[in-house]
Amino acid sequence: MALLEVKDLEVNYGLIKAIKGISFEVNEGEIVALIGANGAGKTTTMHALNCLIGKSGGTVTFDGNDITNIPAHKLVTLGIAQVPEGRRIFQELTVFENLKLGYYTKKDPVELNARLEEMYSHFPILAERKNQIAGTLSGGEQQMLAMSRALMSSPKLLLLDEPSMGLSPLYVNTIFEMIKTVNKLGTTVLLVEQNAKKALSIADRAYVLEIGKMTKTGTGKELLSDESVRKAYLGG
Amino acid sequence: MLNTIIDGLSLGAIYALIALGYTMVYGIAKMLNFAHGDIIMVGAYAILSIMMINAPVISVILAIIVSIAVCTALGIVVERTAYRPLRGASPLAVLITAIGVSYLLQGMAQLIFGVTPRTVDFKIPGNIGGIPVYSIVTLIVASILMVGLTLFVKYTRTGRAMVAVSEDRGAAQLMGVNVNAIIAITFAIGSALAACASIFYVMQIPKIDPTLGSMPGIKAFTAAVIGGIGSLPGAMLGGVLLGLVEKITQSIPFLSAYTTAIEFSLLIIILLVKPSGLLGKKRNEKV
Repeated sequence: MALLEVKDLEVNYGLIKAIKGISFEVNEGEIVALIGANGAGKTTTMHALNCLIGKSGGTVTFDGNDITNIPAHKLVTLGIAQVPEGRRIFQELTVFENLKLGYYTKKDPVELNARLEEMYSHFPILAERKNQIAGTLSGGEQQMLAMSRALMSSPKLLLLDEPSMGLSPLYVNTIFEMIKTVNKLGTTVLLVEQNAKKALSIADRAYVLEIGKMTKTGTGKELLSDESVRKAYLGG
Repeated sequence: MLNTIIDGLSLGAIYALIALGYTMVYGIAKMLNFAHGDIIMVGAYAILSIMMINAPVISVILAIIVSIAVCTALGIVVERTAYRPLRGASPLAVLITAIGVSYLLQGMAQLIFGVTPRTVDFKIPGNIGGIPVYSIVTLIVASILMVGLTLFVKYTRTGRAMVAVSEDRGAAQLMGVNVNAIIAITFAIGSALAACASIFYVMQIPKIDPTLGSMPGIKAFTAAVIGGIGSLPGAMLGGVLLGLVEKITQSIPFLSAYTTAIEFSLLIIILLVKPSGLLGKKRNEKV
C-alpha cells in the first residue's frame, strides 16, 4: 500500500476548477516529482494536501489514515512536514528559533538537541548563523533553513514546494543533493518543481500536471527521454 | 513635579497593560477587539461585587483573584463564541461584531448593576513623600507584568508559537501550531492584563458604571497605535507616553481643560510623521 494516496482530488477557486480530479500515489522510500508549467496546479495540489485550502472532492490517505479533511496543524504529528513555496521562514525569529518551531509538536529536549546537531551538520552555515535573525539570511540560506525546519520533526513524508525557486544554480545543486541525502536516510519525498530537468533527474517516479489534470506518468528516466515532455518542459 | 510624573507613569502603566491586549490580539488574530475596554468594566464590577463582602484583607485578595479569573474566562468565551466563527470573514464583519460585543457587555452590566455609578473603596492607603502608595504599587506591579510578558513571548514554546502565528499563520500551522488554541491563549492573556489594569484603575478612579471601560479602552487603543499596533514594546511605550501627557497637561492650569484633545492630537501628529507608529514595523504584505 502506498504511503500517500491521492484519489480524484478536486479543488475549485469559486467557479474555476483548478484541479480537475487527479490521482497519484507516493510509495514509502520514493522521491516522486510533480512537474508542470506555471498555472498547471502544482502549488494548489500542495496546498490541498497540506489542508491550507479546502478540497472540493476526492480523498487523501496517508499511512492508512484518511487525512482528507484533517486540520492543517495535525499533519506534522502524523509525520508529514512541508517546505512551502517561497520558503515562508519566520523572518523575525532567529535561525535557532525557527528550527525549534520545526520541533514544535514534540517535547523531548534530548531528541531536540540531536535533531539540531544533525541539521547543523547537514548545513554548517546554519550553525554559524543560529542566533541571526532569519530574515537577514540569503535566499539560499533561507531555503536550507526551511528544509531543516521541516526535517526537525523527523517526518515520514517531506513535501517540497518549488525548492529551487529564486535560487542561484549553486544553491539549487546544494538543495537537490540534500533532497537525495534525506531520502537515502529514509524520508519519502514528494516534490513539486518547475525545474523539470532537475526534478526528473532525482525522482524515482514523476507525474506531469497540465491545467489541473495528470497527463503523464513514468519513472524519472522515462520522462526525461520522453519526446513530448522534452518539448514542453526541458527546452527540446 | 515629581508627583505629577509618578502619577503620569502609573496611569501610563495602566494604559500600557490595556494596550498590550489590543496589540497582541491585533498582531496574532489580525483583528481589532473593540470590546477589550469593556473587559476592564467587567473587572471593576467583579471587584465591586466581592468588596460587598465585609471582610477586611480577605475580600481584597478575593476581589483581585475573582476579577482576574472572571476577565480571563470572559476573554476566552468572547473569542470562542463571537470571533472564532468569523475566522476568515471580512475584517469589517469582525470589527462590527467586536463593537456589538462591547454594547452587549455594557447592556448586561446595566441590567445587573443599573446605570447609577457606584463607588468602591479599593485603595491602598497612605503616601510616601506626598506620592500615593497605590501609584507606586501600580508602577511596580505593572512593570513586573510587562517584563514577565516579554520574557514569556521570547523564551517559551507558546510564546514562539504566538510570534510565528502573528508572522505567518499558514506556515505556523505547517509547523503543527494549533492557531485556534494560540488565539485563545492570546485573548486569555490580554484579558488577564486588562483585569490587572481594572484593579489599578478603580484605585485611581473609584467610580464604577457600565461605560467605565470606554475611555481607558479608547485611550489604550490610542496608545497601542501610537506605539505601533502589533508591537509589544510599542504598546508599553505608547501607554506610558499617553499617561505622562495626560497627567502633565492636567497639572498645567490653562491646558487642563484640553487634556483629551491634546492626547488625541498627539496620535494624529505621530501618525502623520510615522504612520506605522513609534516602534511599528512596516510589513511587506505577503501574497
